[in-house]
Amino acid sequence: MKSRIPVVLLACGSFNPITNMHLRLFEVARDHLHQTGRYQVIGGIISPVNDNYGKKDLVAARHRVAMARLALQTSDWIQVDPWESEQVQWTETVKVLRHHHSELLRSLPWKEGLDQGKVDSPAPAAVPELKLLCGADVLKTFQTPNLWKDTHIQEIVEKFGLVCVDRAGHDPKGYILGSPILRRYQDNIHLAREPVQNEISATYIRRALGQGQSVKYLLPDAVIAYIKEHDLYASPGEE
Amino acid sequence: MENSEKTEVVLLACGSFNPITNMHLRLFELAKDYMNGTGKYEVIKGIISPVGDAYKKKGLISAHHRVIMAELATKNSKWLEVDTWESLQQDWIETATVLRHHQEKLEASSCDQQQDSLVLERPGRKRKWAEQRQDFSQKKSLEQTKTKGVPKVKLLCGADLLESFGVPNLWKGEDIAKIVGDYGLICITRAGNDAQKFIYESDVLWKHQNNIHLVNEWITNDISSTKIRRALRRGQSIRYLVPDLVQEYIEKHSLYNSESEERNVGVILAPLQRKTAEADT
Repeated sequence: MKSRIPVVLLACGSFNPITNMHLRLFEVARDHLHQTGRYQVIGGIISPVNDNYGKKDLVAARHRVAMARLALQTSDWIQVDPWESEQVQWTETVKVLRHHHSELLRSLPWKEGLDQGKVDSPAPAAVPELKLLCGADVLKTFQTPNLWKDTHIQEIVEKFGLVCVDRAGHDPKGYILGSPILRRYQDNIHLAREPVQNEISATYIRRALGQGQSVKYLLPDAVIAYIKEHDLYASPGEE
Repeated sequence: MENSEKTEVVLLACGSFNPITNMHLRLFELAKDYMNGTGKYEVIKGIISPVGDAYKKKGLISAHHRVIMAELATKNSKWLEVDTWESLQQDWIETATVLRHHQEKLEASSCDQQQDSLVLERPGRKRKWAEQRQDFSQKKSLEQTKTKGVPKVKLLCGADLLESFGVPNLWKGEDIAKIVGDYGLICITRAGNDAQKFIYESDVLWKHQNNIHLVNEWITNDISSTKIRRALRRGQSIRYLVPDLVQEYIEKHSLYNSESEERNVGVILAPLQRKTAEADT
């Protein structure tokens, strides 16, 4: 039996705040990769963006990291990594991938049975692959002029790989076919279907909180408690 | 009494809860925010009433498990609770009857509360004549509050339930009238226009439109129990779609599989069976 390639999923983003939908991305991506029979997902990393990214309404990184940590308390395979948020300036996604990949290699060899999943996994002989996990909306942003460097897009899909989870109103296959770089490396872009339409955008969450409305069951209770305790998102921000 | 003008409301959700999901729980939150936001109501409690096994819906697992999962899901809630009365009945119970049961229960306990508050007032003080007169009028106003101040039960549902009123033989016409006339409906929907159209096209719903509250759900949160069960059969993760405790319980007891989904196949749904039986008599 051919042994599966071990994979770690890395999600970059604002996580402002983290929601159940973000957490679902990991679960859906893992299921999808396992389904192919070729991969064994051994870990997940959430990397909240640096404050210097300059996005509107972005609360301090220390809060976003703390909330992600609380959200992941009950997860046995996903962790938050504050490295990106602790850098002096904003770091391009490809550099975050490079950093985490070298960290991965540095921590080899892996312990046997690291992932106590249903699949019987012997200690991986293969080098673990680090793949960028994102929603279909992020895939679309590759088209936005000047947002991504072409060389970076290429490195991401060529050297690392992408796992892209469906999102309503988006056509990931179309985005891939419409971009020469993505087309060339489409074998390294995995499109995962989320069977449950789950449009819990953090933008909506912030708005609801600003209006004093309940967000219970859209994000973990521990995150909601943290938000209340630190009075985050209390006033309606501007969109 | 600051909130004396507000009507106290108890939200009642009937359904299979097979299993309960984050979406079910969201319905309560959305309804509460909406009703409280009108300034006319104060939502004091939410009740989840899982349907009895006698409903005979395809794939319906034992009420015992469905009740426990709902209890696990509402463990950390200050205002949501699970009621087992409906699930414990031998026969299937019409929703209008469940509503009546809970309204009567509220009236009974409200009566007891008023008695207690009367007794507790002014312990052992010597009363003057003026105070005695005040006492009478206070008692009178308390009686008035007794009838006015009893919390009202309202049925909480999604648009699918509202539109199921149109399914032939599923609901008794008189029950629909009772539900919207005597109690009231709070319907969470994404497609507000469709729901409004449905109300417009029904005479009985139109008559009681002031008692039907349509609440918009802006987030598409399509976590149907059917999809949960399907995901489980396919070995897919349901984490973050249902409360963690529910997911653990399902896993521990291996609740949903192809076998469980075949339950009640070929059996006629209880309300439809009843309608046919009545037609025959």
